Amino acid sequence: MSSITLDRPAAKAPNAFTQAELGWNAWLDPVPEEALTERQKEGLVDIARAKSPYFRLLAHDPDILRARTLADKDIFYNTRSGLPRAERELAAAATSRSNGCIYCASVHARFATTFSKRREDVQRLLDEGTGVDLDPRWNAVIEASVALTATPIAFGPEHVRKLRDVGLDDLAISDLIHSAAFFNWANRLMLSLGEPEIG
Amino acid sequence: MTDQAPDALDRLAGIAAGSPLDTLRRERPQTRDNVQASYAALFEAPDETGITQSERLAVASFVALLHGGPAAEHYLGLLEAQPEGGKLAELVRRQAERGATEGPYGAYPPGPLSREDVAGPIFKVEVADRVALGERLATALEHTHQLVFHLRDAKPDDFAPLKAASWSTPAIVTLSQTVAYLSFQIRAAHGLQVLGLHALGV
Repeated sequence: MSSITLDRPAAKAPNAFTQAELGWNAWLDPVPEEALTERQKEGLVDIARAKSPYFRLLAHDPDILRARTLADKDIFYNTRSGLPRAERELAAAATSRSNGCIYCASVHARFATTFSKRREDVQRLLDEGTGVDLDPRWNAVIEASVALTATPIAFGPEHVRKLRDVGLDDLAISDLIHSAAFFNWANRLMLSLGEPEIG
Repeated sequence: MTDQAPDALDRLAGIAAGSPLDTLRRERPQTRDNVQASYAALFEAPDETGITQSERLAVASFVALLHGGPAAEHYLGLLEAQPEGGKLAELVRRQAERGATEGPYGAYPPGPLSREDVAGPIFKVEVADRVALGERLATALEHTHQLVFHLRDAKPDDFAPLKAASWSTPAIVTLSQTVAYLSFQIRAAHGLQVLGLHALGV
Protein backbone atom coordinates (compact mmCIF):
# COMPACT_ATOMS: atom_id res chain seq x y z
CA MET A 1 0.00 0.00 0.00
CA SER A 2 1.43 3.37 -0.97
CA SER A 3 1.40 6.28 1.44
CA ILE A 4 -0.17 8.35 -1.34
CA THR A 5 -3.41 6.39 -1.22
CA LEU A 6 -3.50 6.47 2.60
CA ASP A 7 -2.69 10.08 3.30
CA ARG A 8 -5.58 11.75 1.54
CA PRO A 9 -7.38 14.28 3.72
CA ALA A 10 -10.48 12.65 5.23
CA ALA A 11 -12.24 16.03 5.22
CA LYS A 12 -13.07 15.54 1.55
CA ALA A 13 -15.09 12.41 2.25
CA PRO A 14 -18.87 13.02 1.98
CA ASN A 15 -20.87 12.51 5.17
CA ALA A 16 -24.34 12.63 3.61
CA PHE A 17 -26.16 10.87 0.77
CA THR A 18 -26.15 12.89 -2.44
CA GLN A 19 -26.99 12.68 -6.14
CA ALA A 20 -23.87 14.70 -6.95
CA GLU A 21 -20.95 13.04 -8.75
CA LEU A 22 -18.34 11.75 -6.30
CA GLY A 23 -14.80 10.49 -6.78
CA TRP A 24 -13.56 7.24 -5.26
CA ASN A 25 -10.08 6.43 -3.92
CA ALA A 26 -8.74 2.93 -3.38
CA TRP A 27 -7.24 1.85 -0.04
CA LEU A 28 -5.17 -0.85 -1.78
CA ASP A 29 -3.02 -0.38 -4.84
CA PRO A 30 -4.88 -0.90 -8.13
CA VAL A 31 -3.08 -2.47 -11.07
CA PRO A 32 -1.35 0.52 -12.75
CA GLU A 33 -3.05 1.36 -16.03
CA GLU A 34 0.12 0.79 -18.05
CA ALA A 35 0.71 -2.60 -16.41
CA LEU A 36 -2.71 -4.12 -17.23
CA THR A 37 -2.33 -7.51 -18.93
CA GLU A 38 -4.57 -8.58 -21.81
CA ARG A 39 -6.53 -10.80 -19.46
CA GLN A 40 -7.01 -7.98 -16.99
CA LYS A 41 -8.25 -5.77 -19.82
CA GLU A 42 -10.73 -8.49 -20.73
CA GLY A 43 -11.81 -8.52 -17.10
CA LEU A 44 -12.62 -4.82 -17.33
CA VAL A 45 -14.95 -5.60 -20.30
CA ASP A 46 -15.00 -1.88 -21.30
CA ILE A 47 -11.48 -0.57 -21.75
CA ALA A 48 -12.73 2.86 -20.61
CA ARG A 49 -12.88 1.32 -17.13
CA ALA A 50 -9.06 1.27 -17.10
CA LYS A 51 -9.40 4.89 -15.92
CA SER A 52 -11.21 3.76 -12.78
CA PRO A 53 -9.11 2.85 -9.72
CA TYR A 54 -12.00 0.69 -8.48
CA PHE A 55 -12.05 -1.52 -11.56
CA ARG A 56 -8.25 -1.62 -11.80
CA LEU A 57 -8.12 -2.80 -8.18
CA LEU A 58 -10.64 -5.54 -8.96
CA ALA A 59 -8.53 -6.42 -12.04
CA HIS A 60 -6.09 -8.17 -9.67
CA ASP A 61 -8.55 -11.09 -10.08
CA PRO A 62 -9.68 -10.66 -13.70
CA ASP A 63 -11.97 -13.67 -14.20
CA ILE A 64 -14.36 -12.88 -11.37
CA LEU A 65 -14.28 -9.21 -12.42
CA ARG A 66 -15.29 -10.12 -15.97
CA ALA A 67 -18.16 -12.40 -14.93
CA ARG A 68 -19.32 -9.86 -12.32
CA THR A 69 -19.30 -7.08 -14.89
CA LEU A 70 -21.23 -9.04 -17.54
CA ALA A 71 -23.84 -10.04 -14.95
CA ASP A 72 -24.09 -6.43 -13.75
CA LYS A 73 -24.65 -5.09 -17.25
CA ASP A 74 -27.41 -7.59 -18.02
CA ILE A 75 -29.16 -7.16 -14.66
CA PHE A 76 -29.39 -3.40 -15.18
CA TYR A 77 -29.31 -2.77 -18.93
CA ASN A 78 -31.32 -5.66 -20.38
CA THR A 79 -34.75 -4.07 -20.30
CA ARG A 80 -36.37 -6.37 -22.81
CA SER A 81 -39.60 -6.76 -20.77
CA GLY A 82 -39.50 -7.11 -17.00
CA LEU A 83 -38.82 -4.27 -14.56
CA PRO A 84 -38.25 -0.79 -16.08
CA ARG A 85 -34.71 0.55 -15.74
CA ALA A 86 -35.79 3.34 -13.37
CA GLU A 87 -37.02 0.84 -10.82
CA ARG A 88 -33.95 -1.38 -11.10
CA GLU A 89 -31.91 1.72 -10.30
CA LEU A 90 -34.31 2.54 -7.46
CA ALA A 91 -33.71 -0.94 -6.03
CA ALA A 92 -29.93 -0.39 -6.29
CA ALA A 93 -30.21 3.02 -4.61
CA ALA A 94 -32.45 1.67 -1.82
CA THR A 95 -30.10 -1.25 -1.19
CA SER A 96 -27.12 1.13 -1.05
CA ARG A 97 -29.05 3.48 1.26
CA SER A 98 -29.80 0.56 3.58
CA ASN A 99 -26.23 -0.76 3.66
CA GLY A 100 -24.83 2.78 3.90
CA CYS A 101 -22.82 2.96 0.67
CA ILE A 102 -22.76 6.70 -0.05
CA TYR A 103 -20.82 6.25 -3.30
CA CYS A 104 -23.06 3.50 -4.77
CA ALA A 105 -26.19 5.39 -3.70
CA SER A 106 -24.98 8.55 -5.46
CA VAL A 107 -24.47 6.78 -8.80
CA HIS A 108 -27.71 4.82 -8.78
CA ALA A 109 -29.84 7.63 -7.34
CA ARG A 110 -28.66 9.71 -10.32
CA PHE A 111 -29.64 6.91 -12.70
CA ALA A 112 -33.01 6.51 -10.96
CA THR A 113 -33.59 10.23 -11.47
CA THR A 114 -32.50 10.10 -15.12
CA PHE A 115 -34.82 7.24 -15.99
CA SER A 116 -37.82 8.20 -13.81
CA LYS A 117 -37.62 12.02 -13.99
CA ARG A 118 -38.55 11.98 -10.29
CA ARG A 119 -35.53 13.76 -8.85
CA GLU A 120 -37.30 15.00 -5.73
CA ASP A 121 -38.68 11.59 -4.82
CA VAL A 122 -35.23 10.05 -5.27
CA GLN A 123 -33.75 12.78 -3.08
CA ARG A 124 -36.34 12.04 -0.39
CA LEU A 125 -35.17 8.42 -0.35
CA LEU A 126 -31.61 9.67 0.23
CA ASP A 127 -32.60 12.31 2.82
CA GLU A 128 -35.30 10.48 4.77
CA GLY A 129 -34.06 6.91 4.36
CA THR A 130 -35.72 3.72 3.23
CA GLY A 131 -38.83 4.27 5.38
CA VAL A 132 -39.86 7.17 3.10
CA ASP A 133 -43.45 7.20 1.75
CA LEU A 134 -43.35 7.94 -2.02
CA ASP A 135 -46.10 6.03 -3.83
CA PRO A 136 -47.35 2.44 -3.50
CA ARG A 137 -45.20 1.09 -6.34
CA TRP A 138 -41.95 2.75 -5.30
CA ASN A 139 -42.64 1.97 -1.65
CA ALA A 140 -43.03 -1.72 -2.56
CA VAL A 141 -39.78 -1.72 -4.57
CA ILE A 142 -37.87 -0.04 -1.72
CA GLU A 143 -39.38 -2.25 0.96
CA ALA A 144 -38.57 -5.45 -0.94
CA SER A 145 -34.98 -4.29 -1.59
CA VAL A 146 -34.43 -3.48 2.07
CA ALA A 147 -35.91 -6.80 3.20
CA LEU A 148 -33.58 -8.63 0.83
CA THR A 149 -30.63 -6.61 2.15
CA ALA A 150 -31.17 -7.49 5.81
CA THR A 151 -29.07 -10.27 7.34
CA PRO A 152 -30.69 -12.68 8.05
CA ILE A 153 -32.80 -12.02 4.94
CA ALA A 154 -36.30 -10.69 5.68
CA PHE A 155 -37.78 -10.99 2.17
CA GLY A 156 -40.94 -13.13 2.19
CA PRO A 157 -44.26 -13.88 0.46
CA GLU A 158 -45.73 -10.57 1.67
CA HIS A 159 -43.18 -8.71 -0.45
CA VAL A 160 -44.01 -10.75 -3.53
CA ARG A 161 -47.71 -10.10 -2.95
CA LYS A 162 -47.22 -6.33 -2.62
CA LEU A 163 -45.06 -6.19 -5.73
CA ARG A 164 -47.68 -8.06 -7.68
CA ASP A 165 -50.42 -5.77 -6.34
CA VAL A 166 -48.57 -2.74 -7.75
CA GLY A 167 -48.24 -4.34 -11.18
CA LEU A 168 -44.98 -6.34 -11.27
CA ASP A 169 -45.11 -9.66 -13.09
CA ASP A 170 -42.85 -12.61 -12.24
CA LEU A 171 -40.02 -11.47 -14.53
CA ALA A 172 -40.14 -7.95 -13.08
CA ILE A 173 -40.01 -9.34 -9.54
CA SER A 174 -37.06 -11.53 -10.56
CA ASP A 175 -35.36 -8.43 -12.01
CA LEU A 176 -35.89 -6.62 -8.71
CA ILE A 177 -34.47 -9.55 -6.75
CA HIS A 178 -31.39 -9.56 -8.98
CA SER A 179 -30.93 -5.78 -8.76
CA ALA A 180 -31.13 -5.65 -4.96
CA ALA A 181 -29.05 -8.82 -4.55
CA PHE A 182 -26.42 -7.49 -6.94
CA PHE A 183 -26.01 -4.33 -4.90
CA ASN A 184 -25.31 -6.44 -1.87
CA TRP A 185 -22.35 -7.60 -3.92
CA ALA A 186 -21.33 -4.14 -5.18
CA ASN A 187 -21.80 -2.31 -1.84
CA ARG A 188 -19.44 -4.73 -0.11
CA LEU A 189 -16.66 -4.06 -2.60
CA MET A 190 -17.14 -0.28 -2.87
CA LEU A 191 -17.43 0.26 0.89
CA SER A 192 -14.54 -1.94 1.94
CA LEU A 193 -11.88 -1.32 -0.74
CA GLY A 194 -11.83 2.47 -0.70
CA GLU A 195 -13.82 5.60 -0.01
CA PRO A 196 -15.69 8.35 -1.83
CA GLU A 197 -14.45 11.89 -2.17
CA ILE A 198 -16.36 15.07 -2.91
CA GLY A 199 -15.72 15.97 -6.56
CA MET B 1 -22.01 -22.76 -19.58
CA THR B 2 -23.63 -25.70 -21.28
CA ASP B 3 -27.11 -26.79 -20.32
CA GLN B 4 -25.62 -29.92 -18.78
CA ALA B 5 -23.37 -28.09 -16.28
CA PRO B 6 -25.02 -27.96 -12.87
CA ASP B 7 -26.01 -24.39 -12.05
CA ALA B 8 -25.12 -23.42 -8.48
CA LEU B 9 -27.88 -20.82 -8.07
CA ASP B 10 -30.51 -23.25 -9.37
CA ARG B 11 -29.32 -25.79 -6.85
CA LEU B 12 -29.46 -23.34 -3.93
CA ALA B 13 -32.87 -21.98 -4.95
CA GLY B 14 -34.26 -25.48 -5.62
CA ILE B 15 -35.02 -24.68 -9.28
CA ALA B 16 -35.80 -27.80 -11.33
CA ALA B 17 -35.22 -28.02 -15.08
CA GLY B 18 -38.36 -27.04 -16.96
CA SER B 19 -39.98 -25.38 -13.93
CA PRO B 20 -41.50 -21.87 -14.23
CA LEU B 21 -38.47 -20.40 -12.41
CA ASP B 22 -36.10 -22.18 -14.79
CA THR B 23 -37.98 -20.62 -17.72
CA LEU B 24 -37.81 -17.24 -15.99
CA ARG B 25 -34.04 -17.45 -15.43
CA ARG B 26 -33.48 -18.46 -19.05
CA GLU B 27 -35.12 -15.22 -20.17
CA ARG B 28 -31.93 -13.55 -18.92
CA PRO B 29 -29.23 -15.89 -20.29
CA GLN B 30 -26.36 -13.40 -19.89
CA THR B 31 -27.19 -12.99 -16.21
CA ARG B 32 -27.67 -16.71 -15.69
CA ASP B 33 -24.41 -17.63 -17.43
CA ASN B 34 -22.31 -15.00 -15.68
CA VAL B 35 -23.68 -15.64 -12.20
CA GLN B 36 -22.53 -19.21 -12.79
CA ALA B 37 -19.22 -18.07 -14.35
CA SER B 38 -18.63 -16.01 -11.19
CA TYR B 39 -19.14 -19.10 -9.06
CA ALA B 40 -16.78 -21.06 -11.31
CA ALA B 41 -14.13 -18.30 -11.15
CA LEU B 42 -14.19 -18.28 -7.34
CA PHE B 43 -14.63 -21.98 -6.56
CA GLU B 44 -13.71 -24.11 -9.57
CA ALA B 45 -10.81 -22.39 -11.34
CA PRO B 46 -7.17 -22.93 -10.31
CA ASP B 47 -6.02 -20.33 -7.76
CA GLU B 48 -3.98 -17.45 -9.17
CA THR B 49 -4.23 -14.86 -6.40
CA GLY B 50 -2.88 -16.80 -3.42
CA ILE B 51 -5.99 -17.98 -1.59
CA THR B 52 -6.43 -21.72 -1.28
CA GLN B 53 -9.57 -23.68 -2.05
CA SER B 54 -9.95 -24.50 1.66
CA GLU B 55 -9.72 -20.82 2.54
CA ARG B 56 -12.30 -19.87 -0.10
CA LEU B 57 -14.69 -22.57 1.09
CA ALA B 58 -14.15 -21.76 4.77
CA VAL B 59 -15.00 -18.10 4.11
CA ALA B 60 -18.00 -19.04 1.94
CA SER B 61 -19.26 -21.47 4.59
CA PHE B 62 -18.92 -18.78 7.26
CA VAL B 63 -20.86 -16.24 5.16
CA ALA B 64 -23.56 -18.81 4.41
CA LEU B 65 -23.88 -19.87 8.06
CA LEU B 66 -24.20 -16.24 9.16
CA HIS B 67 -27.11 -15.83 6.73
CA GLY B 68 -28.79 -19.19 7.48
CA GLY B 69 -30.49 -21.17 4.72
CA PRO B 70 -29.46 -23.94 2.31
CA ALA B 71 -26.19 -22.37 1.04
CA ALA B 72 -24.40 -23.35 4.27
CA GLU B 73 -24.90 -27.05 3.64
CA HIS B 74 -23.60 -26.67 0.09
CA TYR B 75 -20.36 -24.90 1.02
CA LEU B 76 -19.74 -26.92 4.18
CA GLY B 77 -20.10 -30.08 2.10
CA LEU B 78 -17.42 -28.85 -0.28
CA LEU B 79 -15.21 -27.75 2.62
CA GLU B 80 -15.49 -31.12 4.34
CA ALA B 81 -14.21 -32.78 1.19
CA GLN B 82 -10.94 -30.81 1.44
CA PRO B 83 -7.87 -32.11 3.30
CA GLU B 84 -8.49 -31.46 7.05
CA GLY B 85 -11.86 -30.13 5.88
CA GLY B 86 -13.92 -31.80 8.59
CA LYS B 87 -11.96 -30.13 11.35
CA LEU B 88 -12.06 -26.79 9.57
CA ALA B 89 -15.82 -27.04 9.00
CA GLU B 90 -16.32 -27.64 12.71
CA LEU B 91 -14.23 -24.59 13.57
CA VAL B 92 -16.14 -22.45 11.08
CA ARG B 93 -19.46 -23.64 12.50
CA ARG B 94 -18.33 -22.57 15.96
CA GLN B 95 -17.27 -19.12 14.72
CA ALA B 96 -20.65 -18.68 13.00
CA GLU B 97 -22.51 -19.56 16.21
CA ARG B 98 -20.45 -17.00 18.09
CA GLY B 99 -20.76 -14.39 15.34
CA ALA B 100 -24.53 -14.64 14.78
CA THR B 101 -26.22 -11.23 14.82
CA GLU B 102 -28.40 -9.00 12.63
CA GLY B 103 -27.32 -6.45 10.04
CA PRO B 104 -26.74 -4.05 8.47
CA TYR B 105 -25.34 -1.95 11.32
CA GLY B 106 -22.37 0.38 11.71
CA ALA B 107 -21.38 4.04 11.82
CA TYR B 108 -21.40 6.74 9.12
CA PRO B 109 -18.71 9.37 8.70
CA PRO B 110 -19.46 11.95 11.47
CA GLY B 111 -22.18 14.37 10.40
CA PRO B 112 -25.91 14.43 9.67
CA LEU B 113 -26.07 10.64 9.23
CA SER B 114 -24.60 10.00 12.68
CA ARG B 115 -28.14 9.84 14.06
CA GLU B 116 -28.56 6.67 11.98
CA ASP B 117 -25.48 4.98 13.48
CA VAL B 118 -26.36 1.53 14.80
CA ALA B 119 -24.07 -0.16 17.31
CA GLY B 120 -23.28 -3.85 16.96
CA PRO B 121 -20.67 -6.45 17.82
CA ILE B 122 -17.15 -6.58 16.39
CA PHE B 123 -16.30 -10.23 15.89
CA LYS B 124 -12.97 -11.57 17.21
CA VAL B 125 -11.90 -15.20 17.02
CA GLU B 126 -11.07 -16.57 20.49
CA VAL B 127 -7.45 -17.45 21.27
CA ALA B 128 -7.74 -21.25 21.18
CA ASP B 129 -9.65 -21.18 17.88
CA ARG B 130 -7.15 -18.68 16.49
CA VAL B 131 -4.42 -21.19 16.97
CA ALA B 132 -6.49 -23.97 15.41
CA LEU B 133 -7.57 -21.87 12.41
CA GLY B 134 -4.21 -20.18 11.96
CA GLU B 135 -3.75 -16.42 12.04
CA ARG B 136 -4.36 -16.10 8.31
CA LEU B 137 -7.83 -17.63 8.29
CA ALA B 138 -8.79 -16.19 11.70
CA THR B 139 -8.08 -12.68 10.41
CA ALA B 140 -10.00 -13.39 7.21
CA LEU B 141 -13.07 -14.54 9.15
CA GLU B 142 -12.98 -11.39 11.28
CA HIS B 143 -12.84 -9.27 8.14
CA THR B 144 -15.63 -11.35 6.61
CA HIS B 145 -17.91 -10.78 9.61
CA GLN B 146 -17.57 -7.02 9.18
CA LEU B 147 -18.25 -7.28 5.43
CA VAL B 148 -21.39 -9.32 6.06
CA PHE B 149 -22.95 -7.33 8.90
CA HIS B 150 -21.41 -3.87 9.28
CA LEU B 151 -19.86 -2.99 5.95
CA ARG B 152 -20.26 0.75 6.50
CA ASP B 153 -17.71 0.55 9.35
CA ALA B 154 -14.97 -0.11 6.77
CA LYS B 155 -11.81 2.01 7.09
CA PRO B 156 -8.33 1.95 5.52
CA ASP B 157 -6.75 0.36 8.61
CA ASP B 158 -8.90 -2.77 8.14
CA PHE B 159 -6.28 -4.22 5.83
CA ALA B 160 -3.40 -3.97 8.31
CA PRO B 161 -4.26 -7.21 10.18
CA LEU B 162 -4.79 -9.03 6.87
CA LYS B 163 -1.47 -7.81 5.53
CA ALA B 164 0.25 -8.75 8.78
CA ALA B 165 -1.22 -12.24 8.32
CA SER B 166 0.35 -12.45 4.84
CA TRP B 167 -2.67 -11.53 2.73
CA SER B 168 -1.47 -9.91 -0.52
CA THR B 169 -3.55 -7.31 -2.37
CA PRO B 170 -4.69 -9.81 -5.06
CA ALA B 171 -5.66 -12.31 -2.34
CA ILE B 172 -7.62 -9.60 -0.49
CA VAL B 173 -9.45 -8.77 -3.73
CA THR B 174 -10.44 -12.43 -4.16
CA LEU B 175 -11.42 -12.67 -0.48
CA SER B 176 -13.61 -9.57 -0.84
CA GLN B 177 -15.18 -10.88 -4.05
CA THR B 178 -15.92 -14.20 -2.35
CA VAL B 179 -17.79 -12.55 0.53
CA ALA B 180 -19.53 -10.10 -1.81
CA TYR B 181 -20.53 -12.80 -4.32
CA LEU B 182 -21.94 -15.00 -1.56
CA SER B 183 -23.94 -12.01 -0.31
CA PHE B 184 -25.46 -11.79 -3.79
CA GLN B 185 -25.91 -15.48 -4.40
CA ILE B 186 -27.63 -16.18 -1.09
CA ARG B 187 -30.07 -13.29 -1.63
CA ALA B 188 -30.79 -14.21 -5.25
CA ALA B 189 -31.43 -17.84 -4.24
CA HIS B 190 -33.64 -16.81 -1.32
CA GLY B 191 -35.61 -14.30 -3.40
CA LEU B 192 -36.15 -16.72 -6.29
CA GLN B 193 -37.21 -19.49 -3.94
CA VAL B 194 -39.82 -17.25 -2.33
CA LEU B 195 -40.97 -16.11 -5.78
CA GLY B 196 -41.17 -19.73 -6.94
CA LEU B 197 -43.55 -20.60 -4.11
CA HIS B 198 -45.77 -17.65 -4.97
CA ALA B 199 -45.32 -17.27 -8.72
CA LEU B 200 -48.24 -16.84 -11.07
CA GLY B 201 -46.48 -19.09 -13.58
CA VAL B 202 -44.69 -17.84 -16.66
